[in-house]
Amino acid sequence: MEVNEKIAVDHGLKPDEYKKICDLLKRVPNLTELGIFSAMWNEHCSYKSSRLHLKKLNTKGKKVIQGPGENAGVIDIGDDDAIVFKIESHNHPSFIEPYQGAATGVGGIMRDVFTMGARPIANLNSIHFGSTQHKKTKNLLRGVVKGIGGYGNCIGVPTIAGQTCFDQSYNGNILVNAMTLGLVNKNKIFYSKAAGINKPVIYVGSKTGRDGIHGASMASAIFDDKIEEKKPTVQVGDPFTEKLLLEACLELMSDKSIIAIQDMGAAGLTSSSIEMASKGNLGIELHLDKVPCREEKMTPYEIMLSESQERMLIVLENGKEDSAKKIFDKWNLDFAVIGKTTNTKNIELYFEKEKVANVPIKFLANEAPMYDRPWKKTKLPQKIKFSNSDFKKLKFSDVIKKMISNPNVCSKQWIWEQYDHTVMGDTIQKPGGDAGVVRVHGTKKAVASSVDSSASYCYAHPFTGGKQVVCEAWRNLVSVGAEPIAITNCLNFGNPEKKENMGEFVECIDGINEASKYLNFPVVSGNVSFYNETKDKGIKPTPTIGGVGLIKDYKNLMSMSFKSKGNLVLVIGKTEGNLDQSIFANVILDEKKGPPPEINLFNEKNNGETVLKLIKEKLPLSVHDVSLGGIMIGALKMCIAGNMGIKFYKFKNLTNIYQYFFSEDQGRYIIEVEKNNLKKVESILKKNSVHFDLLGETTDKEIIINNEPTFTVDKVTEFYKGWLYKYMS
Amino acid sequence: MNSSVIIFPGSNCDRDMDVALKKFGFKNKMVWHNDDELPKSDLIVLPGGFSYGDYLRCGSIAGKSKIIQSVIDFANSGGLVLGICNGFQILTETGLLKGVLQQNKNIEFICKNIFVKVNNSENKFFENIDKDVLELHIAHNEGNYFCTEDELKSLEDNNQIAAYYCSSDGKVDDKSNPNGAIKNIAGIFNEKKNILGMMPHPERMIDQSLSGEDGSIFFENLLKNLK
Repeated sequence: MEVNEKIAVDHGLKPDEYKKICDLLKRVPNLTELGIFSAMWNEHCSYKSSRLHLKKLNTKGKKVIQGPGENAGVIDIGDDDAIVFKIESHNHPSFIEPYQGAATGVGGIMRDVFTMGARPIANLNSIHFGSTQHKKTKNLLRGVVKGIGGYGNCIGVPTIAGQTCFDQSYNGNILVNAMTLGLVNKNKIFYSKAAGINKPVIYVGSKTGRDGIHGASMASAIFDDKIEEKKPTVQVGDPFTEKLLLEACLELMSDKSIIAIQDMGAAGLTSSSIEMASKGNLGIELHLDKVPCREEKMTPYEIMLSESQERMLIVLENGKEDSAKKIFDKWNLDFAVIGKTTNTKNIELYFEKEKVANVPIKFLANEAPMYDRPWKKTKLPQKIKFSNSDFKKLKFSDVIKKMISNPNVCSKQWIWEQYDHTVMGDTIQKPGGDAGVVRVHGTKKAVASSVDSSASYCYAHPFTGGKQVVCEAWRNLVSVGAEPIAITNCLNFGNPEKKENMGEFVECIDGINEASKYLNFPVVSGNVSFYNETKDKGIKPTPTIGGVGLIKDYKNLMSMSFKSKGNLVLVIGKTEGNLDQSIFANVILDEKKGPPPEINLFNEKNNGETVLKLIKEKLPLSVHDVSLGGIMIGALKMCIAGNMGIKFYKFKNLTNIYQYFFSEDQGRYIIEVEKNNLKKVESILKKNSVHFDLLGETTDKEIIINNEPTFTVDKVTEFYKGWLYKYMS
Repeated sequence: MNSSVIIFPGSNCDRDMDVALKKFGFKNKMVWHNDDELPKSDLIVLPGGFSYGDYLRCGSIAGKSKIIQSVIDFANSGGLVLGICNGFQILTETGLLKGVLQQNKNIEFICKNIFVKVNNSENKFFENIDKDVLELHIAHNEGNYFCTEDELKSLEDNNQIAAYYCSSDGKVDDKSNPNGAIKNIAGIFNEKKNILGMMPHPERMIDQSLSGEDGSIFFENLLKNLK
């Protein structure tokens, strides 16, 4: 087939991009070459709209071993141990085919982690669905949860935490972000940079089929009515093969035969081979007849663009082929020498003895387009003036019931009970806590991790929202007693060619960056997902932040469950009573405007560090950060977790009980302390200039507000845990 | 005491079982599914996981794997065999244990703590155990035990039911049945009671920091009974 501009446009390239390709090559590319360009130059692989802004991110820190640019980021957790982690989106495939889309999202992120030599030790996920009233939501939720579980459970890696949101902006475009943490010896990390010429290039794992061809291009396209037709571009996952691949790769990595290794993710063999060669400033020669195929008569074009799962590309030391092959034979996996590194700096493909493609690698990698897209600043919305009449018609106990059983607040136990969260025998904080925590096997250390997003805040004011998500991740780690170390981000946005969406992206990044710098909480890995829009309607800007922290002695793990009755409950940090953009304003008052809660980074850092100090002194019995739903929801969750009650003292300062209990002012924590420790706690808080209020005291079962027993913990638990089960039954 | 844990491709609780056995004093060896013979052992364990991907029927391919004949010979000569979760499924596939494990009644994977009432008479696994209601952990998609009426009768007549799902105070009722298993059966023995298959994972409950510690009671007692 003769290539022309129309074919190029069908491949997702813009006419001027096609022209640039022809100019660079000084000729018209053939179809295989065009396919390769379209894969490498599309948004998903080239980050052409985001690169300029991603460069600004704070990526350095004392504990950062590897920042963005590799398969995953790596941080130092002491004693030669390092944690490899990353989050990645699989949004479009999951909307088209929820089970396989979500499953292969989990498979892909785990491969990114074990490619670096790390054994995966924990999975997390952040999933966003449309309104609970939307006709597709239930099936999508069921499918995604089954897919995530189906893959992670089979591999035997615990899913320790996650986040689920419902909002109508995701009606036509759900989000599935999967995150994995792996453990590696910091002296035995593997990278994707090839080195040396005439080194054998090895293909291992599953055979190549026709699934997922153009998956990367599909990820960068806007959805329309014909979306169902895209089903064949969704890859099919095989967790069993991935488990074998994991074990085989780790076995091969125990000696020194690997020079570089890269998983075949988006754009499969194309991007993996080009990335390894590009990073090593080398050429690469591949003989495509040698690629193990599971279907007959596959063309070079199909082989290069297939996104069949569970495959890896390895550059080996010369002479190690036989010993490496033995390992893959043992695990019953394909192993084929398909080419070698060269000094041509070109990618050269052969098929049936003919040269079928020859392109300088720098054209594909360095010369990929980079755009400075126009963007629009979002103005800070005016504060809403709530009037007393807004509150008068409300009944406090009804509000509590409505809030605690709200889909975005209620327990997600229906979801996480379908994930194996205890396999590997090191999960010490299960899902449902502020962060998931796993022990570093065989040591005293434990790693905490959480994943967060706040799309409503980001939509109202992207810069503040961006800061808030980073702070939320920080707080979640602090709440389990972990020292926050670093983050990974998954940036889910609409169409970057629209200046409003591009503006949301730019300003969220600026916000993330500011908080990340201030908190010394660098970004070490991440992924961008644009074009999350259907029929012209974009999603709310949804940067998802995965945080990782360290607990030096796992015996000091902190949890949110109230421990015993008669203890004092304190709110750390100041309550101002802002209701704008709170769940309360949204759900109870139906007020969706206004600015998100302000972020004061000084207080954020100071309050968090002081809470860690208290935990170190073993003063709090339980800790929980205040987030969605404010103090009331925070305190009730602590009651539910501990199966206890609370008596709220009469609140001071603020005039309105709703503002006091439901404001989502930032930088706050609720802690439980024994009465006779109050003095000690008070003196530490005062010394560090941290504001606190006495909220109440723990009771046996009753939840007492204004001296009136309002609910029992059993009743509140029923509201909290019941909603999702009912919805899904 | 010597134990061996068999690793099938797709096993994923093999390490957890190894850790647990060693913690309570077993000298444990890991055995690859393609090996010809078993090391000298007092206890063989088939661990949890997804052997061979469990794509056909859970445990069916593992039930025909190379090492399995040695396990059958070992069991038939009276050796102690323990199958947990996928291991239980494999044991039913080999015919060493009766019945089958169907998909959970709610067609969902379930991962949570449950209680089981254990049978502590005439068997090396639970005899002399301190508690007869243990809090253990399940994590499975196919744990819904089923057998024919005749088989059930002979299991009951022979005292072969090893564990029932129950409430925290030992009541065996529908409410405490997590997966729809017939008669709340969580585990069974063979006739001679030297083979135990059960869905709950004691190896995930061996430490105060984990979901609980009743798994420790199980392993400590087992070791004592073997000495």
